[in-house]
Amino acid sequence: MSAQPEKNSGLVFEERKDFILTKGKHRQQLKCEADSLAGCVSQRACVYCGARVVLNPITDAVHLVHGPIGCASYTWDIRGSLSSGPELYRFSFSTDLKEGDIIFGGEKKLARAIDELVGKYHPGLVLVYSTCIVGVIGDDLEAVCRAASERHGIEVLPVQSSGFIGNKSAGYRAACDALLRIIRPPEGKGPPGTKKINYLGDFNLAGEVWIIKGYLKQMGVDMNVSFTGDSRYETLQRAAGASLNIVQCAGSMIYLANKLEELYGIPYLNVSFLGLEDTAQSLRKIASWFGDGGITARAEELIERESARAGKRLSWYRERLQGKKAAVYVGGGFKAISLIKQFRELGIDVVMIGTQTGRKEEYETISEMVDEGTVVLDDANPSELEKFMLEKGAHLLVGGVKERPLAYKLGVAFIDHNHDRKHPLSGFVGAVNFAGEVYSTLCSPVWKYVGGGIL
Amino acid sequence: MLDCTPKNIMERSGGVINPAKTCQPIGAIYAALGIHRCLPHSHGSQGCCSYHRSHLTRHFREPVFASTSSFTEGASVFGGSANLKTAIKNVFTIYDPDVMAVHTTCLSETIGDDIPTIIKGAEVPEGKLVIHANTPSYQGSHITGFSNMVKGMVSYLSRATLETKKDQANIIPGFVNPGDMREIKRLAGAMGIDFIMFPDTSGVMDSPMTGELTMFPRGGARVEDIADAGNSRITLALGSYASSDAARVLDRKCGVSELVLKTPIGIRATDEFLMAIRQTFTKKVPYALEEERGQLVDIMTDTHYHFHGKRVALFGDPDVVIGMTEFLLGLGMEPVHVLTGTPGGAIGATVGDFEKEVREMLEAAGVKARVKAGGDLFQLQQWIKNEPVDLLIGNTYGKYIARAEDIPFVRVGFPVLDRSCHSYFPIVGYRGAMRLVEMISGALLDRADRDAAEEDFELVM
Repeated sequence: MSAQPEKNSGLVFEERKDFILTKGKHRQQLKCEADSLAGCVSQRACVYCGARVVLNPITDAVHLVHGPIGCASYTWDIRGSLSSGPELYRFSFSTDLKEGDIIFGGEKKLARAIDELVGKYHPGLVLVYSTCIVGVIGDDLEAVCRAASERHGIEVLPVQSSGFIGNKSAGYRAACDALLRIIRPPEGKGPPGTKKINYLGDFNLAGEVWIIKGYLKQMGVDMNVSFTGDSRYETLQRAAGASLNIVQCAGSMIYLANKLEELYGIPYLNVSFLGLEDTAQSLRKIASWFGDGGITARAEELIERESARAGKRLSWYRERLQGKKAAVYVGGGFKAISLIKQFRELGIDVVMIGTQTGRKEEYETISEMVDEGTVVLDDANPSELEKFMLEKGAHLLVGGVKERPLAYKLGVAFIDHNHDRKHPLSGFVGAVNFAGEVYSTLCSPVWKYVGGGIL
Repeated sequence: MLDCTPKNIMERSGGVINPAKTCQPIGAIYAALGIHRCLPHSHGSQGCCSYHRSHLTRHFREPVFASTSSFTEGASVFGGSANLKTAIKNVFTIYDPDVMAVHTTCLSETIGDDIPTIIKGAEVPEGKLVIHANTPSYQGSHITGFSNMVKGMVSYLSRATLETKKDQANIIPGFVNPGDMREIKRLAGAMGIDFIMFPDTSGVMDSPMTGELTMFPRGGARVEDIADAGNSRITLALGSYASSDAARVLDRKCGVSELVLKTPIGIRATDEFLMAIRQTFTKKVPYALEEERGQLVDIMTDTHYHFHGKRVALFGDPDVVIGMTEFLLGLGMEPVHVLTGTPGGAIGATVGDFEKEVREMLEAAGVKARVKAGGDLFQLQQWIKNEPVDLLIGNTYGKYIARAEDIPFVRVGFPVLDRSCHSYFPIVGYRGAMRLVEMISGALLDRADRDAAEEDFELVM
């Protein structure tokens, strides 16, 4: 970035060196899961953000943000998760705390807000999100929620998501804690061999949960509830009735999966439905867990049919995309890992890859998978992203809303793999959509005007 | 999605449903981006900064850089002083801006960090500047935050260094798009005066594609110019909510007389802006501007029958809504519901009286209307349910209401998240008014075409 004076052109912050490694060059372990440096232009978000993105897809809940207005305004209907019915989750509710509330406490206003909203929308579930300021002024969210719960005979749950108590990962955990309170113990043991599974870590962006639900159905497996894409209060309560959990976005949901195993003895499998290879492998994994010949046969049939159909279209794209180079900067590690494979299917090399909140094990997997020379980095700032994209000659960046204009300004193509995605990117059909998006951004004629002037 | 909003209006006291405002810090960031080579800095948790950057990026479709103090639990207990000092050191070492513009958040305000003292104790490299604004999110709105940061610029940077004032004007454009700021500069330039406009996000938030990523693009008000603003004869503060506080500080601190005008939306407010320049500097209005004005009047007379008597619901930021109300009345339209999310005269907010100002205009025009400061979009929709309108004007969030109530919709204001180009074109000045006429009549006539029975479907409208 041109802001960087010559003296610094070698790198970025000295303190950041341990968070970046180049495969083949560095031997040490990549540092991650640490706090960001003060003064960094970090791409990371906060605890509240993490909790909100996980819980927001519960479609029939009132999501009430207890704090000043901003936290509610910025998260109003930005998630991109779709509903098969209720739309209440797309509203923005805030206690809109003012100066007086900060001084005298916001508990009374919160109680009034809950009463008014329950009177208007009659939800079964109200989720009350704590923001930074609530953590500081010491409102007793738990008590206000309990009292409201008793008053209205519905579930009113606090989400302990004050922004400063950690990063986005802490928010995932706060969300999972709230979910655990919703889930009821199973009424007796279900009939042996129930073929019901919960799907954890898919938020139904552009309808992705529905694609996976369709695949499972074709295999003869029912989706009990998805966490949390297109979920409802009542179905979430019945989560403990499943015989298996499958976990996609492990960053946000592995904690819940572990808890469900511990509390209700439900085992879990890690899966990923990004790309042909991962989708097929995940479906096989599920089939083999059930150990049911019928399910396995139907899974194989599905995989064969869908792979063939998708494969044909992917090879058209592959011919046109072969040899391009991609950079990846996404929220969590699971997506990063899948994207490496997915790009391989398209003949594209990943030359730079990083996440906001990837975990140690995930970075180990990433480092094993990528080619020599690929840069791996944690909690990158924009100047690092720029430096390595340029150094490695990336033609394409995969990221979220803040990364999009960075890529464009450099004349680099871009794909949103976050809230702003427009097509489902999951499953066989998603793999084709993904290739289509890669193609349409990489091969757009607009790039040929970049860097030129009036002759 | 909003189909279940009840028609029956009941008193509410428990907060907001579907806000028509956001918090102060984002306004402070936007204002700070209007200084050349300035890095806004958010003194609070990481999430705040991330949200502000995302939101601004979605509206402008530009990269937005801002650093953060990255508060942790420790900082919240022991104060954020160490975080800010480290941040100041890191920001100048790595990003090397000329100015770092610190703003607070609800968190750092509540724990009581004393920013000026922290800045004094920090290592700021020679020739570099750190300015600050207090922007508690629990007061006012994003407009208040913008106003506070502009006030911060003046307090820190402007100096009266000359015995007699220079023959130049300060122009504070308010919370408007870079396209509007360019237009205001063009108008002032066409009047042939010397002027200093700040903040100025043109060339920053509408920077051209060059194939290079620049943290500090070429645009933005120069620090030396903001300093020299203390030597100007007059400050034209466009929009009382966003701009008048800074003008008042300049008057008190440097003796620069202040003149608060409306955001120059529509004929009358643009006339007033140009008249103020003409009178202060005894300049003639050039024919080019007379011609533009004449063209606008020509368009308005050509099309007035499209607008007359049409009922409009209008919401957005106070300065823009006040300007829009006047313009709509001038077209013969009836703004029957007028709402802003920004509270009028809140503690810490610019003292403004949105409701009074709008009501006076409406009464003068004989339009009976509902007017509200500090309202929300739930309330606006209820009003519309009770008294339907022909058109809705506001930011992108209006689209839910437009869909639920099936009314044509024109996007004006901040944020516009679902359309592009809007930040490049003005709504201010005569040319901006022409654009508004085009947008409004386009929306109304597209609807008329869509709804027309086969036999009523017309070629010429």
